[in-house]
Amino acid sequence: MRRIAITGMGVISPIGHSVQAFQDNLFAGKGGIESATFSYRGNDVHFPAAPVKDFDIGKWMDAKKASMLDRFSQFAVAAALDAVKDAGITFTPQTAERTAVITGTGVGGQNTLEESYMKLLDANSSPRVHPFTIPRLMANAGSSQISMATGITGPGFTVASACASAIHAMGVTLHMLRSGLIDSAITGGSESCLTFGTLKGWEALRVMAPDVCRPFSKDRAGMVLGEGAAMFVLETLENAQKRGAKIHAEFLGFGMSSDAKDITTPDVNGASRAVTNALKDSGLKPEDVDYINAHGTGTRINDLTETAVLKNTFGSHAQKLAISASKSMFGHALGAAGALEMLATILAVREDIAPPTMNYLGQDPECDLDYVPNKARPMKIRAALNNSFAFGGLNAVVAVKKFN
Amino acid sequence: MPQLEIDEILDVVAQKAMIDRGLLRPEAKLSDLNVSSLDMVEVIFALEDKFGIELPFNANTSTADFETVGDVIKKVEEQLAAKKK
Repeated sequence: MRRIAITGMGVISPIGHSVQAFQDNLFAGKGGIESATFSYRGNDVHFPAAPVKDFDIGKWMDAKKASMLDRFSQFAVAAALDAVKDAGITFTPQTAERTAVITGTGVGGQNTLEESYMKLLDANSSPRVHPFTIPRLMANAGSSQISMATGITGPGFTVASACASAIHAMGVTLHMLRSGLIDSAITGGSESCLTFGTLKGWEALRVMAPDVCRPFSKDRAGMVLGEGAAMFVLETLENAQKRGAKIHAEFLGFGMSSDAKDITTPDVNGASRAVTNALKDSGLKPEDVDYINAHGTGTRINDLTETAVLKNTFGSHAQKLAISASKSMFGHALGAAGALEMLATILAVREDIAPPTMNYLGQDPECDLDYVPNKARPMKIRAALNNSFAFGGLNAVVAVKKFN
Repeated sequence: MPQLEIDEILDVVAQKAMIDRGLLRPEAKLSDLNVSSLDMVEVIFALEDKFGIELPFNANTSTADFETVGDVIKKVEEQLAAKKK
């Protein structure tokens, strides 16, 4: 079977607009959650959120062209161009045809959609919407804009499975690389969901924390939304070695499952099958895994379900795992979450440092594993899993391994 | 609280959580009635709409806020009283 290498990485996130900045903040436990302010009917409304701050797309593309792109596509293109640069890969017409762009997003152009409705429904505003409303808001715009910005002409599409979108996108890419359909790819996830309407929607579900996200902790009170994108260049190990590329980690395996139970409540059995499938696909035994980047949303039910899943699938080795939830730092970026957390997972494996779970106040009796509370931990990390359990009961788990 | 309002509250709970109205005694525990936190999200939303109030409720800490049917009545009562002030 063809082995797959991760050779390029790029990120736009609440904790940095470059992999180096992201890495420094991730390991230092410096989060990006704050009180974000929105104006609604003349009043200021505040929500805890992790926004991407001071993002200037002009650094990556012509500002005039950028007006065709919703913020979620701008994040996607910026992260993808940085990943290509990091990989040092160039495309000929022949290799571009053998390269895919497969990205995840939960919804797509939410800023564009909301802006257009706000304008249409405002009695004092002209009832006209921006002429690029549709090409900006469509969910596949991220993948399309990356293909145009890089000249990649192979398979291109977008995967939507809520909070698991990015992991599903990366996993499908892994399968296509293994099968020989393509030789390289750009994959990851992008989301920009910090709009008033989206935040009100999440608020109505009554699962949002009033202040910060504290996954697995006692007194946790829910999730905080984030935004951003992370993109990766994947290629066959043979390809990577032939061109002398640096290899951040090996992309080892992918597992997925559906709960077939409930649209919001996670299921121990369903999620456990995704973890087991990822281990099986990777050829890993439970005791080969040292680190888990958890889905860890900070809701009562996710965190106790995920703890049960890890005990279920890892048995006694669960006690030895270092587990952390990076959403404590950059919030829940929905369709981009799995990609931002993939970056955290790759950095953990490459640098031999388990990132911390921040805002941890102490043990919840039902969450009694090692969550690397509040401080990064240098440790040997041979292989790691990255979990995403989406609304709709769609689970996706990937495995990465240190490349020696 | 007038009996009429209590009846209205219980009607909403019975309808949204799909529970037999006869089981909704004030001392009945919501968990015993199999009311999930998501059922409660719907119940609370309907009560807020019906009475024009806001009920503080977080599904992550719901067990502390609403243990029994009586707790629901009490929270609505409190918010209605606050609204009249």
